Amino acid sequence: MATTKKKTAAVAKKPKAKLKNFATAPINKSLSKDEKIDLYRTIVGIRRFEERSLRAYNQGKIGGFLHLYIGQEAVAAGIVSLMEENDHIITAYRDHGHALAVGMSMNECMAEMYGKHTGCSKGKGGSMHFFAPDKNYWGGHGIVAGQTPLGAGLAFALKYKGLKGCAMAFLGDGAVNQGSFMETLNLASLWNIPVVFVIENNGYSMGTSLKRSSAEENLAHRADGFDMEWEVCNGHDVFEVREVANRAMIRAREEHKPFLLEIRTYRYRGHSVADANHEKYRTKEEIEEYKRTKDPLNVVKEHLLSDGTLTEELAKKIDQEKKDEAEASAKFADESPVAPRSEIQTDVYWEVDNDSEGKLKGTYFFND
Amino acid sequence: MPLITYREAIKQALDEEIQRDENVCIMGEEVAQYNGAYKVTEGLWAKHGDKRLIDTPISEAAFSGLAIGASMLGIRPVIEMMFMSFSYVAIDQLFNNGSFCRYMSGGLMNVPIVVRGPANGGTSVGATHSHTPENMVANHPGLKVVCPSNAYDAKGLMKAAIRDNDPVFVMENTLLYGEKWEVPDEEYIVELGVANILKEGTDLTIVSHGRCAMLSLQAAKTLEEKHGISAEVVDLRSIRPLDEETILNSVRKTHRALLVEENKPFCGVDAQISHIIQLKAFDDLDAPIRRVSAIDAPNFYSKELEDWQLPNEERIIEGALKAMA
Ligand SMILES: Cc1ncc(C[n+]2csc(CCOP(=O)(O)OP(=O)(O)O)c2C)c(N)n1
Ligand SMILES: [Mg+2]
Repeated sequence: MATTKKKTAAVAKKPKAKLKNFATAPINKSLSKDEKIDLYRTIVGIRRFEERSLRAYNQGKIGGFLHLYIGQEAVAAGIVSLMEENDHIITAYRDHGHALAVGMSMNECMAEMYGKHTGCSKGKGGSMHFFAPDKNYWGGHGIVAGQTPLGAGLAFALKYKGLKGCAMAFLGDGAVNQGSFMETLNLASLWNIPVVFVIENNGYSMGTSLKRSSAEENLAHRADGFDMEWEVCNGHDVFEVREVANRAMIRAREEHKPFLLEIRTYRYRGHSVADANHEKYRTKEEIEEYKRTKDPLNVVKEHLLSDGTLTEELAKKIDQEKKDEAEASAKFADESPVAPRSEIQTDVYWEVDNDSEGKLKGTYFFND
Repeated sequence: MPLITYREAIKQALDEEIQRDENVCIMGEEVAQYNGAYKVTEGLWAKHGDKRLIDTPISEAAFSGLAIGASMLGIRPVIEMMFMSFSYVAIDQLFNNGSFCRYMSGGLMNVPIVVRGPANGGTSVGATHSHTPENMVANHPGLKVVCPSNAYDAKGLMKAAIRDNDPVFVMENTLLYGEKWEVPDEEYIVELGVANILKEGTDLTIVSHGRCAMLSLQAAKTLEEKHGISAEVVDLRSIRPLDEETILNSVRKTHRALLVEENKPFCGVDAQISHIIQLKAFDDLDAPIRRVSAIDAPNFYSKELEDWQLPNEERIIEGALKAMA
């Protein structure tokens, strides 16, 4: 259920057991059969893509960090499905799910992780830095909470230009303890900026449990200090995510008001693939229990099987399609070239990249 | 030509750009209703209102990041740091997001913001308020930085910075705000990356930027009168991009170089310039390159000592005589 509401309401420490079938909430009831299948397709796609990328990482094909979103898929899928023309989205380094949900191709994402020229950032960003401004997706940011003021800035621009829309700014449960985030909460509320902050609370920041990092475990309560509305919900049921996020997004668009949404979710894998110790700071049972009862992929599948949207056969078919697509993306990435060395000094300055007439004065780069 | 202050020149630039482009807005602490901590924005709020002149809470990280995010969607915020020293609490936003978002997205976005405010010592406000971080900014590819030494340049460079499609830092100077220079009524721009020869000379090249360029000019006059040394004074105006050609041409003519800046010496702007000169004009040099920087310690509070710590006419002349030896 969605633990609620605003300010003074006393709130239970944990969202209570599910009482409500969110699939029948108006915002979800209005979904066509195809739209529901699309939601399923997105969630399956993220899962299969990341499983494939994990294999590639283990084969040494992907460098740096690989932060997997597996277990959290319903959050990005649900929220992105609510986005309208003037809505924008920005997140941290655990960014593959959001990228695929907004419609980035597996090819450009996988190739980016392989460091290839065909990647969405030409291999300049890697796993943590996917961007697609044409899809209103502003990354992919590696510094914890550093993206939160940018999200407020996107929303500020909407309001400045008189556009009706909102910015969805995602962050983790560890990121809430950064000063930049708290400053941004204040600014957003003070200026009535249409930004929705979405805390994807997966219970851990690297190896530190929420209990060990935040004095107040109900993270959404921080909004009270900034006179901001908040709500808490579960993240394993895409229909619950949609119902609760929809309220926040409507409020942001209609009233130009910020909102703090805390979504309780869980990651199955380590913080990054390099985090081999993740069964030391949490128990195997905890992980297995979540997978058994709350797996976002199983939950949406059951919903759609029970309401007749999906058949086992169709589910299998979609699954196979996504596996094939992920496999093909790995092949595409593998076969793609890396960028030529001349790309090292492109995309540094807009003015240099666009100086076709050679009008710029002075030295921009200082190599011997 | 009208004589106007450095402060007034910057204000004119902001005023004209606000009128030229509806996406230009000014954001910062006390910039609107209070008229600016140093009165640079005086009267602009009354003239242009809340949408264009925006008072912020004391949250440099948040409003810097907000400006960067807004610029991605086409807004062109000019953010005021009450002191450039205060940008240090927003370094992640300015140096990571400001400079690298374009790069890490493979060129899918750009960040047309201006970060402006005073970056100088010499006012007895202690070390934390006296930073000159143009060297740190220049160390981040993706950022640009200019240091106007006079009112004419301050106006022209500010307008260029606002129209530029990359993030530009404009380093102002509280000791110059009240000084007057001739500034034409007609509109003009001072392009980034073009240095200015403040005084021609044949015996020694003095390269400087910001207020130190004015001190160098003063010293050059004394060198001429009292020591018979003809010094050429190159005012960089823009640090990154940098006008290497003007520096090198001057050194090739005079064969000696003195570099003067308020920065601390280690990895200061002049460390890079010194490297460029030795690399590209080695055979033209008749003597080692000399530097006059801030004496290498945090800024002293006491006026007498801080005045000695920072480059001043006496220290510049001393440096010039060493360069001539
Ligand atoms: C400023 C900063 N400090 C530390 C890190 C290293 N780091 C990366 S992710 C992370 C944990 C963040 O956890 P949380 O916000 O809960 O997000 P999650 O990884 O669970 O999605 C840490 C400490 C960083 N990237 N940036
Ligand atoms: Mg977390």
